[in-house]
Amino acid sequence: MAEGVTPRVKVPKKAEAGEVITIKTLISHPMESGQRKDSDGNVIPQSIINRFTCEFNGENVIDIKMEPAMSTNPYFEFDAKVPEAGDFKFTWYDDDGSIYEEVKSVAVG
Amino acid sequence: MNFSRRETLGLGLGAMALTVLPMGASAATVDELIAEFTGGADMADTGVTLTAPEIAENGNTVPISVEAEGASEIMVLATGNPTPPVGTFKFGPLAGSRSASTRIRLATTQEVVAIAKLEDGTFARTSAEIKVTIGGCGG
Repeated sequence: MAEGVTPRVKVPKKAEAGEVITIKTLISHPMESGQRKDSDGNVIPQSIINRFTCEFNGENVIDIKMEPAMSTNPYFEFDAKVPEAGDFKFTWYDDDGSIYEEVKSVAVG
Repeated sequence: MNFSRRETLGLGLGAMALTVLPMGASAATVDELIAEFTGGADMADTGVTLTAPEIAENGNTVPISVEAEGASEIMVLATGNPTPPVGTFKFGPLAGSRSASTRIRLATTQEVVAIAKLEDGTFARTSAEIKVTIGGCGG
């Protein structure tokens, strides 16, 4: 597991039913591209987050496949529809098999 | 060393092939990736928007956003990177809009391509030329 991986997600606490809200996510991760070399000239092996998904009450909002060309600390901004009160579940999948999760609740009304 | 005319010509051709090949190889992969994504289907020139800065000072974090009305998937390719794929955005039933923003790495000044797969099964393509002052692939 990469060191110090912390997901940060910005979701409004309240929304109207059926409203479209903007979600911002950021996760601190080196996203080692596999192109860089260390001071001895050895290639640093690739270590990235390769997939990010967002679900609301089990239904998919967005599913992003990531390649080494994504920047360090990958950031995403996208829109989601909120049909009812519930939880947004954010999942990041690391190359090394680690899975980072974050859950945010949204109230309706 | 003495070179005959034939040898000199051969050397020249070899050198040319060496300089041209890496670019050709990378371009082929971009075409292959596009063909893989679209299945060889034709792409419309309108219907997808790629917003990116004209000049990126730092190739390590170039903010881009993609948008395509009625898209189910959008693929982004950086044609000048050592590995062209950047990412694929798949929109689910609860996506509020068919758009997303992120930050990407670009090795050099190059063309970034976005291809959208629309819900009616057609494809749309757009591209943007981004000038990069400092490369982002550790070169």
